[in-house]
Amino acid sequence: MDAPPPIRLPQAQQRSWIISLSLLGVGVLLWHLATVRPAFDPQGLTADQLQKMEFNGDIVRTDDGRYISNPEKVQGIPGPWAVVKKAVAEFAEPFHKKGANDHGIGHLIRYTVTRFAVGFLSASVVAVLIGVVIGLSRTLYRALNPFIQVLKPISPLAWMPLLLYTVQHPTWTAILVVFMASLWPTVANTAFGVSTIRKDYLQVASLLQLSWFQRLVRVVLPAAAPTIVAGLRISFGSALVAVVPAEMLLGELGVGYLTWIEWNNLHIAGILFAILVVGIVGVIMDAGFNRLARLVTYTE
Amino acid sequence: MAFLSVERVSKYFPILAGATARGREAVFCVFKDVELRLAKGEFVTLVGHSGCGKSTLLNIIAGFEQASTGGVILDGKEVTDPSLDRMVVFQSFALMPWLSAFDNVRLAVRAAHPRWDKARVREETHRYLDMMGLQGAESKKPALLSGGMRQRVGLARAFAVQPKVLLLDEPFAQIDALTRGVIQEELVRMWTATQHTVFMVTHDVDEAILLSDRIALMTNGPEARLTECVEVNLPRPRSRETMIDTVEYIRLRNYILHFLMRGSRAPTAHDPQPAARQGPWAQATPLSATPSASVLDQAENTVNTSRTV
Repeated sequence: MDAPPPIRLPQAQQRSWIISLSLLGVGVLLWHLATVRPAFDPQGLTADQLQKMEFNGDIVRTDDGRYISNPEKVQGIPGPWAVVKKAVAEFAEPFHKKGANDHGIGHLIRYTVTRFAVGFLSASVVAVLIGVVIGLSRTLYRALNPFIQVLKPISPLAWMPLLLYTVQHPTWTAILVVFMASLWPTVANTAFGVSTIRKDYLQVASLLQLSWFQRLVRVVLPAAAPTIVAGLRISFGSALVAVVPAEMLLGELGVGYLTWIEWNNLHIAGILFAILVVGIVGVIMDAGFNRLARLVTYTE
Repeated sequence: MAFLSVERVSKYFPILAGATARGREAVFCVFKDVELRLAKGEFVTLVGHSGCGKSTLLNIIAGFEQASTGGVILDGKEVTDPSLDRMVVFQSFALMPWLSAFDNVRLAVRAAHPRWDKARVREETHRYLDMMGLQGAESKKPALLSGGMRQRVGLARAFAVQPKVLLLDEPFAQIDALTRGVIQEELVRMWTATQHTVFMVTHDVDEAILLSDRIALMTNGPEARLTECVEVNLPRPRSRETMIDTVEYIRLRNYILHFLMRGSRAPTAHDPQPAARQGPWAQATPLSATPSASVLDQAENTVNTSRTV
């Protein structure tokens, strides 16, 4: 009689899962229906026409003498099944290397993540430092703000020719493009977070006579941390957007360049596969950010 | 010589651009020629209306703000910057929300004793948390603590530094009436045990009478003056229960309320003498360690008097 009620997931959580899964199901189904080809119907076609079509590779003759559409020749957008087949094939040997441009998907993901990580992490360190310095000094903030305002809206890709000319190496250029893409949001957010720290926290720091460094580490950074992480997250998104075209333009192997390789192969299923991989890599890295954000947020 | 002396301190603020009165100086005088002297171990409270510059004066003593004229001398040295010998207990608690109660106090202990090893710092932190009755709440973040508990952490942090002067800036204003009385008693207990010099700012007359040795009265701003210092000749230990019926309590309370009412009608800013009284001053008798008044009684009696004016 007094048994506790069974613990269930909150209803919102249950519902959101159901909606997500059914949206996925409906989406894939519509995709399939939109791309499915009707079975080849030879009625009304002369033997000449059929022969020509077979010669062009549009249709093939089966063992029992019937004509069907050539499954090898793709017209229009491939369906979900083709993409799944491509994914299975790619993940069957993720670490192969069959020539300069044909590296396994595992390698490609590694290249992109490494390139991304180097650019993003170095930019984050620089951006937080700049942000803290200008956030703490109103004078410096005003002095540097015009430069930041001019530099901020420039697309990171616009820097690429100049960077390529300067560093003369596509690998480093790609990293620097990621660097430029992840700089500004973090600078802006850090400066904002640092300059809006509640006055009492700084007063306590000065009462306790903390040194400049102690004050930074014990009070300023933790107080501004939620805003800084929000900035890092925006930077992260913009860097992920920049890394794909940077790889394409520079011909640097990675999941971004994979879409271009598949385009050159006219392998549309491959392009779709590559797009999905970019998205999934982004989701996984973003989940890491969620954890970081949870570590540093506080409630007042 | 007094332990802490506020010498002819005035504070002017620039008037905001756009609000400049024609033909007048573009400065605004908050208070003028404030004189106040505290003996060592004395508990002095400053009472005045909102806006008379009470907190500004406290900020000047703390070193957060500079006096426009005059100065503050503590133990023979002029006050210029905030330092560990003047700890403030804030109305807003000012606890670091990302640190637990324990870490908040530990930060202060570590700052006050940079040479101590970790074990000793931890021990001292525990000592002060225990003194404020915070056992079991050490690992909680301030957001999970009630207002009363947060201010206990604030008091523990301030006492843990063992400052020369404790500055309390309306420390109980954001605490509910039921809890306020209990914490006030704990503050008295800590103060009796540690013999700190305390300067408190409040607009709660009952609170001032309960806690103080002397009450300084400030007229309304602008150009507020500290015109009177009233001695509280009530025997310690005091409790609300026993105190509120005494003739002396009623006399004091009415006197202060009348002063505040007068001050709220017409500015008495041109009072001739700044009347901070110095002189021989009896040390308070030690308090017993246990709070005696019951919580409910205190709740009934906690009337925020200045608001009724």
